[in-house]
Amino acid sequence: MAEFWSLYVWPGAIIVAKIFAILVPLLVAVAYLTLAERKVIAAMQLRKGPNVVGWFGLLQPLADGLKLFVKETVIPSGANKVVFMLAPMVTFVLALVAWAVIPFDEGVVLADINVGILYLFAISSMGVYGVIMAGWASNSKYAFLGALRSAAQMVSYEISMGFVIVTVLLCVGSLNLTKVVMAQQTVWFAVPLLPMFVIFFVSTLAETNRAPFDLPEAESELVAGFNVEYSSMPFALFFLGEYANMILMSALTTILFLGGWLAPFGVAPFTWVPGPIWFAAKISFVLFLFLWVRATFPRYRYDQLMRLGWKVFLPLSLLWVVVTSIALVTFGWLPQ
Amino acid sequence: MILSAIAFYGFSSVAIAAGVMVISARNPVHSVLFLILAFFNAAGLFILMGAEFIAFILVIVYVGAVAVLFMFVVMMLDINLVEMRQGFLQYLPIGGLIGTVLLIELIFVVTSWAVAPESGGLLAAKAPALAEVHNTEALGRLLYTKYIYLFQGAGMILLLAMVGAIVLTLRARPGVRRQRIGDQVELRREDVIEVKNVPTGTGI
Repeated sequence: MAEFWSLYVWPGAIIVAKIFAILVPLLVAVAYLTLAERKVIAAMQLRKGPNVVGWFGLLQPLADGLKLFVKETVIPSGANKVVFMLAPMVTFVLALVAWAVIPFDEGVVLADINVGILYLFAISSMGVYGVIMAGWASNSKYAFLGALRSAAQMVSYEISMGFVIVTVLLCVGSLNLTKVVMAQQTVWFAVPLLPMFVIFFVSTLAETNRAPFDLPEAESELVAGFNVEYSSMPFALFFLGEYANMILMSALTTILFLGGWLAPFGVAPFTWVPGPIWFAAKISFVLFLFLWVRATFPRYRYDQLMRLGWKVFLPLSLLWVVVTSIALVTFGWLPQ
Repeated sequence: MILSAIAFYGFSSVAIAAGVMVISARNPVHSVLFLILAFFNAAGLFILMGAEFIAFILVIVYVGAVAVLFMFVVMMLDINLVEMRQGFLQYLPIGGLIGTVLLIELIFVVTSWAVAPESGGLLAAKAPALAEVHNTEALGRLLYTKYIYLFQGAGMILLLAMVGAIVLTLRARPGVRRQRIGDQVELRREDVIEVKNVPTGTGI
């Protein structure tokens, strides 16, 4: 019996505690990202943003959450009930489980698996199911159109994202996320692979259905797209999932291109700040770019979106994979 | 360890159940969703065997891309379940006959399965020890050295299939006005706008 406790119960309890240590700050970050978005966009449009609930509107996310929580959950009579309720759960769970492999500092990671980057890529490629299931199960034409757009869009941009990841992996020589960060000790990959960094960032915008690629929920033409039939907590799950995905994609961008938890230049005043704080600061910077883009650019037309993905990003990233491999082999920079 | 045994039986029983549901579900969208569940459990089984690379590639390729396209097509089908059930008895004999023939063939193939004795030695000699390298690296070393021609050949076949599908379905429709991005970018102000200083009361 003592063996049972030491073998299963305690390790299990430690893992659960670690999971909470990741998820609770993440959910708080998601809540305050919604506030940050409104504040940043308001500042860019010379408005004040939410400033009534709490000091500087700091309690606004809680008020929003409470409002969604006490609303009535409406299930349309023509909906496929099981799939309809499954879709928001899928979206939310997928946005959370991806955090299992994100390293916050050297060795500070829940699951340090060999193929961490493949795991992240697999999870992000499944994000489309929440949207498709929601659009189909709602039995509504707006939701359905949004889901179809989303499916095509996410599959298209995943391919160029895959090639960008391949380029980075060529320079690292490992699929482990900790090794990806450690390979950037001399220089962050954003410098030598700048075009790939740009392509990756734009692809993450498309992958998370954010402006200017927010066609699946284009409110001016599709009402609210795939989540038009959702209310209350199912809607909140979609909302939280989308923002958690944004933070996840920012974390991935940081790990692949901005040196993860590493301090810039690796010299004295910068290295005094602990790694997780650098990591959070870089994620916040990328998130700010997300918000900045949303406040700046109008929505893409659907055919322009497809053209950008297939005719611009795909050939460019494919070419860059070849160029990088040639450079690595010719100059003998291949990682061992 | 007991945990991996529990996981194995969990994954395999769910995979089989999902497989049965794929063919027995009335709604084709549900079938695709069960297919995805089956893929997932297959990936779980691969992870239990220590083949994490294949497991994640399975999820990325089949769940993330192939099944999405399935779903895309199936969702857009306009299916009337009552109509589909009509004529079930009419098609039963021929369908049952084909099924029986296939089953008998499968039984013949499986019972007469034999591995050539020299092939096993051939494979075992080349694979690097798993203790030295991760299975991603081991796969890469084999795939890009020993099996490079087969690998490239498979890639070529896939490329050909893709080109073929595009050639078969591409129709050039006359009279379609398209946006030409290059023309728009090349357009200069002088080409489209002419500013004239018009004296008052005379016109152009």
